[in-house]
Amino acid sequence: MHFPNDPETLSRILTGLTLGFHIIYATVGVGVPLMIALAEWMGIRRKDSHYILLARRWARGFVITVAVGVVTGTAIGFMLSLLWPSFMQIAGQAIALPLFMETFAFFFEAIFLGIYLYTWDRFKKQTTHFLLVIPVVIGSSASAFFITTVNAFMNTPQGFTLKDNRITDINPLKAMFNPATPTEVSHVLTSSYMTSAYILAAIAAFSLLRRKDHVYYKKALKLTMVAALVFSFATAAVGDLSGKFLAKYQPEKLAAAEWHFETKAYAPLVIGGFLDKNNEIRFGLKIPYALSILAHDKPSGVVKGLNDYPVDERPPLFVHYLFDGMVSIGVFLIIIAVLYNLAFIWRKWSPYNRLLLRGILWGGPLAMLAIECGWIYAEIGRQPWILRGYMKTSQGATTSDHVGLILIVFASLYVVLGFTSVKILRKLFRNHPAEEELAHLEANAGKEVRL
Amino acid sequence: MTYQLLGITVLWIFLFGYMIVASIDFGAGFFSYYSTLTGKKSLIHGVIERYLSPVWEVTNVFLVFFMVGIVGFFPDSAYYLGTSLLLPGSFAIVLLAIRGSYYAFSNYGSKDNKFYLFLYGASGLLIPASLSTVLTISEGGFIEVTGGKVKLLYGTLFTSPYSWAVVLLALVSVLYISATFLTYYAAKAKDLSALTVLRKYALAWSMPTIFASLLVFFAIQKHNPEHFQSMLDYSWMFVLSLLCFIGAFYLIWRERSYGWAFLLVMIQFALAFFGYGVSHLPSIIYPYIHLYDNFTNRTMALYLIGAFLAGLLLLIPSIYLIMRLFLFNASYVEGTKPKKG
Repeated sequence: MHFPNDPETLSRILTGLTLGFHIIYATVGVGVPLMIALAEWMGIRRKDSHYILLARRWARGFVITVAVGVVTGTAIGFMLSLLWPSFMQIAGQAIALPLFMETFAFFFEAIFLGIYLYTWDRFKKQTTHFLLVIPVVIGSSASAFFITTVNAFMNTPQGFTLKDNRITDINPLKAMFNPATPTEVSHVLTSSYMTSAYILAAIAAFSLLRRKDHVYYKKALKLTMVAALVFSFATAAVGDLSGKFLAKYQPEKLAAAEWHFETKAYAPLVIGGFLDKNNEIRFGLKIPYALSILAHDKPSGVVKGLNDYPVDERPPLFVHYLFDGMVSIGVFLIIIAVLYNLAFIWRKWSPYNRLLLRGILWGGPLAMLAIECGWIYAEIGRQPWILRGYMKTSQGATTSDHVGLILIVFASLYVVLGFTSVKILRKLFRNHPAEEELAHLEANAGKEVRL
Repeated sequence: MTYQLLGITVLWIFLFGYMIVASIDFGAGFFSYYSTLTGKKSLIHGVIERYLSPVWEVTNVFLVFFMVGIVGFFPDSAYYLGTSLLLPGSFAIVLLAIRGSYYAFSNYGSKDNKFYLFLYGASGLLIPASLSTVLTISEGGFIEVTGGKVKLLYGTLFTSPYSWAVVLLALVSVLYISATFLTYYAAKAKDLSALTVLRKYALAWSMPTIFASLLVFFAIQKHNPEHFQSMLDYSWMFVLSLLCFIGAFYLIWRERSYGWAFLLVMIQFALAFFGYGVSHLPSIIYPYIHLYDNFTNRTMALYLIGAFLAGLLLLIPSIYLIMRLFLFNASYVEGTKPKKG
């Protein structure tokens, strides 16, 4: 097989690899602080030390994921300039503001995370310590907000005039709050919260499936699954808005995802299937009118087709599978969350039904897979542009001859980091089982419990 | 003060901040590992860990801030630096990644893992060397632009006495800054056994630091006489810097006022660093990036400076809080309070 060996392709692979690896840790980094805050708040309000222990154990594991998130995030910060110098030359002038503010948000989060982790027993009032987690939540979500506006800008650039590689008439706020910003930012935030809730729920479900039936795990499952329900619905709602956004501003991306070639009204939504040589859809499940409804809220909505675009400005068609993957996982996650919460309210079925627990267990990794699918779809679906309508990806890439070597080095780094972080996390919780800490708690029951 | 000057000053302050906190961090990692080799771990490891644990994450931010800032204020630098620094830059990122994550792994996950500690300690010494390449190539003569393609001349870089002098200075000053800070910290912690060891390190690394600084002076005179000439215009800064060094050395040698000693070390490096920086102006990366020609547009500069001021309003109280709670909290420093969850 011919392996493409030009700096552009290699830079794309390396950037994709880095971002693909980083978002695993970044998603957890955005969502888990919120879950920690929720658990600690519940613990204080209900005077229930189980929730405090939950927050504490989550925070311990969180440190490991944050470390990998920080270092891979630093890598991306550098890589943008190293691999895409011409792009950054433009972006530096148009969107330096959110990039700059993202580091401030990160700074803020880093400082308070350090304080939070080392002050569990420092203050007389529990709420004082709880207050320290709020800046961490704000900081992590704010950095996701700012960095996503940069990505949104790449999808719908505005707020500047580009002439001969020189930028004039710049309006930083207009560039930052571009048409893609509202839907993209809210989809990133809600899906991160949902994924983190599901991952933590999967851990609780895993323990319950192992017949550890301490009430601690049940509390953990309930807290996370209620959050998962809320955030999975929010994610879906924002996803629907994103579809409408695409139809209006990036129709070629939506059309590529749906293999929609002819511009027309009453467009069907295609699920699965494959394309034959003549770009005819085979074996796909067509839902009549659904694409028009997704795009314009009415069956008569006209959806722009790919044939309206020159061949060299069309995204690759395999993004269809990524879109399908993301949406079907999303639907699965909503169903599981609804079933669990119904079971919990009605009490007719057990919320600890083993099949349901298994579904929750699968929900964690699947949610992460959906994040990956969604991001790859969003990024590949923008090809061939790096700045849609302004700069092709090939114009932004480095001309250096060393990208191949660096790709190998970074790929090995990610393998090692991924492997070690999982190993460390498992060891961390295996060597300090919750039961041990719970026994310690119960032995001290009645006395003032300080964890 | 022009926006341009304000912009580069902001960046330079952050680079200085990074230099100090990262030096403490890198040196601490090295001493920590070195102490396990020489069987002195029990003496100094506790002090180092108590300092580093709450702040390790913050260090990286200074660097990212500088990186983002320079691209923001001088977008053309992304083009020149990005292309030419691909190899040394990536090398530094990989080392930073290994170091950052393995610090967390060894401190929160797998305690007493010697291999993790080795990775953490060894990488810390290589990072300053690879990062200092940026300063080296900013002197000019190491980049070649042919047909719109930017190339770093590795041959020239590796054979230049100037680049080696900078690497040497980066290495020894990391160890010197770190040792003086940890000496002060150990004294605050009233940890006499750690103090004895760390004070020796501080004294041991003081002479190499001053020697390497002189070496850089000589090398720069050869490499970029124009810059050297303008450094002479600011010679008072370098003279004051030397006086601070002597003062700090005296205090550490006479075993007193370690806090003042470390402050003098900081002033010593600040004077040298800003003296070097101001004499380098108006060129940023000689001869490609110029303070006035390659500045970002006025609107963005205004926004960036505004964001920077707003950010400071947020950061200064937070940094004050972290200092109050950890660095300058007697019971925390002395390790008499429970540490973590």
